[in-house]
Amino acid sequence: MQISAKLRLATIAAATTAVMSTATLFGANAQETYRIGYAISKTGPGAPGAATSTIPNYEMWVKEINDAGGLQVGDKQLPIEVVEYDDRSSSEEAVRAIERLINQDKVDFILSPWGTGLNLAVAPILDRAGYAHLAGTAVTDKAPQLSKRWKNSYWLLGTGEQYAVAMADFLEGLKDDGKINDKVAMIAVADGFGIELSKAGREALEDRGFDLVYDKTYPLGSQDLATIVNDIKSLDADTFVAFSYPPGTLGLTEQSRVLGFNPKVFYAGVGTAFPLYKNRFGDNAEGVVSLGGASEDDPEIADYIERHVAFAEREPDRWASIVNWATLQSLQQAIERAGSTDREAINAELAKGGFDTILGTYKPGDQTFWRVGQWQDGKFVGLAPTDMEGAKELVFPKPEWKAAN
Amino acid sequence: MSILKPDFIKPVAIGAVIFAALAFLPSLVDSYYMSLAISVVSFAVLATAWSMFSGPTRYISLATVVFFGIGAYTVAVLGEVLPFPMVLICAGLAGTVIALLVGFSTLRLAGVYFVIFTFGLTELVRQVVSWYEVNVTREMGRYVFLDITQNDIYWQLLALFAVLLLTGFILGRSRLGFALRIIGEDETVAKHCGIDVTRVKVALFVLSALFMTLTGAIMAPRWTYIDPVIAFNPMLSFQVVIMALLGGPRRLLGPLLGVIPLTLLFEVLTANFPNHFSILLGCVFMVIVYLLPGGVVGLYEKYRAPKKRALATDQNAKSGGNAA
Repeated sequence: MQISAKLRLATIAAATTAVMSTATLFGANAQETYRIGYAISKTGPGAPGAATSTIPNYEMWVKEINDAGGLQVGDKQLPIEVVEYDDRSSSEEAVRAIERLINQDKVDFILSPWGTGLNLAVAPILDRAGYAHLAGTAVTDKAPQLSKRWKNSYWLLGTGEQYAVAMADFLEGLKDDGKINDKVAMIAVADGFGIELSKAGREALEDRGFDLVYDKTYPLGSQDLATIVNDIKSLDADTFVAFSYPPGTLGLTEQSRVLGFNPKVFYAGVGTAFPLYKNRFGDNAEGVVSLGGASEDDPEIADYIERHVAFAEREPDRWASIVNWATLQSLQQAIERAGSTDREAINAELAKGGFDTILGTYKPGDQTFWRVGQWQDGKFVGLAPTDMEGAKELVFPKPEWKAAN
Repeated sequence: MSILKPDFIKPVAIGAVIFAALAFLPSLVDSYYMSLAISVVSFAVLATAWSMFSGPTRYISLATVVFFGIGAYTVAVLGEVLPFPMVLICAGLAGTVIALLVGFSTLRLAGVYFVIFTFGLTELVRQVVSWYEVNVTREMGRYVFLDITQNDIYWQLLALFAVLLLTGFILGRSRLGFALRIIGEDETVAKHCGIDVTRVKVALFVLSALFMTLTGAIMAPRWTYIDPVIAFNPMLSFQVVIMALLGGPRRLLGPLLGVIPLTLLFEVLTANFPNHFSILLGCVFMVIVYLLPGGVVGLYEKYRAPKKRALATDQNAKSGGNAA
């Protein structure tokens, strides 16, 4: 039995290494630091999104607090210690990593993963263990029910419906002013996000007397959408709406430019508000409409963008990043207001709200951010809700495409 | 079949004792170790089920996640409509039907054509499900809100694994198992012996798919949210193949010897080197392939088997049991 004895030994050795190495990660005395954990998609399909909207904000937040000496908890200053894992964009890995953070690393607070699916996967575990869940990158129509189901969960980006309805309201205003005709061509990516928004958008547009002359989906990951653009071009619609994801968003913009499809309103989906959109299309980004937006006239937001550029060497996106940052600011204030590292006290403070953030006075989950925005002079500004402070006028009609630079 | 002979009763009795002991694990360890245990047992079921078909026939199937995903989706669709045991039965039926269709239409393919087909099947099923959700239900993701705890999932998987091992053990001593081994050695010879090659292969394929489907159905409540990308992630198929090959797919407990070290290795790498996981994993695979071309069981047989071939299954059962 020499081999199986060796095998057994090897198995035991591997198991012991696993236990010991995780144990050494937090050998230090419990309350000299505040321990924050997160599992995020560093690899896999979720990685580009996580690297745009989430990871730089987490890292910058920790660095800024630690540079200032740490969190002011009662009469002590506690620096933040981070435990991070890669969930490889898999629900099962995310679940396992969160279990590890709770039971092995025993962290004080857990920041959310990236994307709707992973946030939903970890939500019940965080709830059961009494951790608050600030879901920064999930868009789901179930958001209101979910916050009821899991008491300490906050669904920061709200439901898909609100974005679609805000867009439809905005278009209705244009139609009533006689600026656009009643024809809308709509496409959506065949993924949770695109389907949810197009479903809500379809109803909202039809309620407002629009005629959907084109209404189709395209597969996730597809970039070559020239056929779709060609079909739509001949339909005489003044408005083009694409509830797309980054690869499709970039492909659509490029192919519309090449094929000379230039509707009066050109609305593209996720990715439009990313800095890479502006980098790639330069002046051609001008006039493109999408979800999100930022009031860059607001000194606090301008300052945030500047710090983000200095820290991450790229701009934040103008949608989820801003909401995530406001939420991290809220978290810091909640911990300091609670004056202790007690999770329940912090959770109670989070629920009270009234935090001073780049989105003004804010409570995580408040939907006080832009639903419709537009590239104007190299800035992605907010258009709707039109009654929000700093709302800009639409650049109309969309300028002609220029030749590629 | 020699059901009541000592060489049948003894391993089954040992197995029963080990599984009974493992059922008490939740009262001993915290939920982190439980999640690790779930991972080990779920991969153990998948890799053993995979080997049940692919071991003797030498068909490399990359369709594991197809059945796993079908199981998960059945729970997402029926989870809130039917009681959970009924949902599991429905999942099993769905998996069986699909496996029959796939089996009869493809098991005449051989070698690399079969590998490519099974890989393409994952994409096909994923796109069909997506198409249905997009055009019919108009809701892409599905929510699974069931009150099934981590321990419930563990016990279900453990029971499934026990049934699987028992099935495999009986199969190994049955005429069907014997027929399979002949097919694996030489298909032409098998035909000449009067074996209905296609039917035997389809029967095994369906049996193995049934266990994969049930694993997916049992695991689904753990994720709350399921969409086609999550349910039909091709990585799972590859992981199962690698684990089974490391252990040795031609013995009943062989895959387990691959599942345990690799699951622990994944865990150590993820926990300690979150930023270098893929690179390190690649290096480890190269080392494994270089040092252990025949898998762990191959290593075992190299040193042990020539003189005691008759006792191999027996010995194997013991060493595997200890390692577990």
